[in-house]
Amino acid sequence: MNRFAYTRAGTVAEAVQALAADPAARLIAGGTNLVDLMKYNVERPDRLIDITRLPLDAISEHEGGLRLGALVPNSKAAYDERVAARYPLLASAILAGASPQLRNAATTGGNLLQRTRCYYFYDEGTPCNKRVPGSGCPAITGVNRIHAILGTSDTCIATHPSDMCVALAALEAVVQVEGPDGARSIPFAEFHRLPGGEPQRDTTLRHGEIVTAVDLPAEDFSGHYTYLKLRDRLSYAFALVSVAAALEMDGDTIRTARLALGGVAHKPWRNAEAEARLQGRPATPESFREAADVILAEARPYAHNAFKIELARRAIVRGLSQAAAGTPQSQTDKRIQ
Amino acid sequence: MPSDSAPAAIDTVARAIDTVAITLTVNGQERRLDVAPWTSLLDLLREELDLTGTKKGCDHGQCGACTVLVDGQRVNSCLALAVVKDGAHVTTVEGLSNGALHPVQAAFVEHDAFQCGYCTPGQIMSAVALIEEGRARSREEIREYMSGNICRCGAYTNIVDAIEDVLRQQAGTPSHREAAE
Repeated sequence: MNRFAYTRAGTVAEAVQALAADPAARLIAGGTNLVDLMKYNVERPDRLIDITRLPLDAISEHEGGLRLGALVPNSKAAYDERVAARYPLLASAILAGASPQLRNAATTGGNLLQRTRCYYFYDEGTPCNKRVPGSGCPAITGVNRIHAILGTSDTCIATHPSDMCVALAALEAVVQVEGPDGARSIPFAEFHRLPGGEPQRDTTLRHGEIVTAVDLPAEDFSGHYTYLKLRDRLSYAFALVSVAAALEMDGDTIRTARLALGGVAHKPWRNAEAEARLQGRPATPESFREAADVILAEARPYAHNAFKIELARRAIVRGLSQAAAGTPQSQTDKRIQ
Repeated sequence: MPSDSAPAAIDTVARAIDTVAITLTVNGQERRLDVAPWTSLLDLLREELDLTGTKKGCDHGQCGACTVLVDGQRVNSCLALAVVKDGAHVTTVEGLSNGALHPVQAAFVEHDAFQCGYCTPGQIMSAVALIEEGRARSREEIREYMSGNICRCGAYTNIVDAIEDVLRQQAGTPSHREAAE
């Protein structure tokens, strides 16, 4: 790990000021991703700005929904009675990720800002456009079993690793940020970005901005939801494909559908056309397969990840079936019903 | 830390960055420490405080051998910077008991829940937290909530037996979780 200076921020304004003043500084809260990346020399900040003392660790009522402070630990969010009762999709997705130790340390804001687990991004000895812009992407022609099938570019095929963000995308959360030019709100779909020609940029945050909260809208989909995560082992592994499905039902007819995929793209993947087509349709495997076809029509496989297309197709159908039936996937009993 | 034989220029750069005075309460004892900002809690415990029960396995938050309790919550001490934890209460495996074994330690002995023993302090700290959390009831739940602790000898079956045994011993008494709330 490189040597760095240390600043402990007492207020959000101090944190913003310190961050804006130093492009090579990084914020630290839970540290579960940043410290790991620093040990691999992938991150080499000249200054860490400790934001753990900021008053951003509360869960509060907000406009009929809930506001999660940026410093709320993942475990506190998942086990909060209000979150568990009203946003079980979010609680389930959080508990599908990482381990109890990591969930105790990792924060809401940090989860949004975690970096890809692409092997090449982590390996200083190889080129990577995300780590060193312009150096190349060995994953495109290399080992790419875990990589993206949707929204890729010719510079990067990395995936976003979060489970929590897949649920937040389906719930249409809003990210609150504060920066040198004041505060603003970012709809979740606009927070993460596709790699395009700038894969080094994971999000649309501007220099000096910090995440202060994530707002959950009133519509909670607590009656018909699931978070279905498929991975190489039963626990403590990143998703190959995951599905956050959230439905509003009129009997057996779908009134509203939200569907977000994890493990397949540089950001949680949604497809407005597929969701619109589900509206007013009967909750049948045929309807779900049609939605899957729409989503995966634009999927592009690489040498080792073509299996993800069929895996995603089946996960979408299974996830929508679980949501429609009101039988969400358990995160401790891993049998898939 | 720079060694005495390090080039002067690098030494100068390093010394330009101050150590930070922090206070930690470790196993009930208050410790005032000057730490370099890049010192992990794990390295501080092992190298500065001679508490070598906490193990360094992967040093990347993947194996759980370094698990300790920080303010009562289990965390990977390898991914925690000591300076960020200023003011915290830390419990390591050395702090679990005064003389007699903690019930989880006794159950690990009883059930032969280890082979080489390297992951064991982390397994025990994680199990102590799991029991305090009060969420695991079935073997499936124990396995899920112990998923952050890897045992390369493969003693998992006996580890689950040991934890299940402690949970069973506690059945009938109010759960720790209810007591804590």
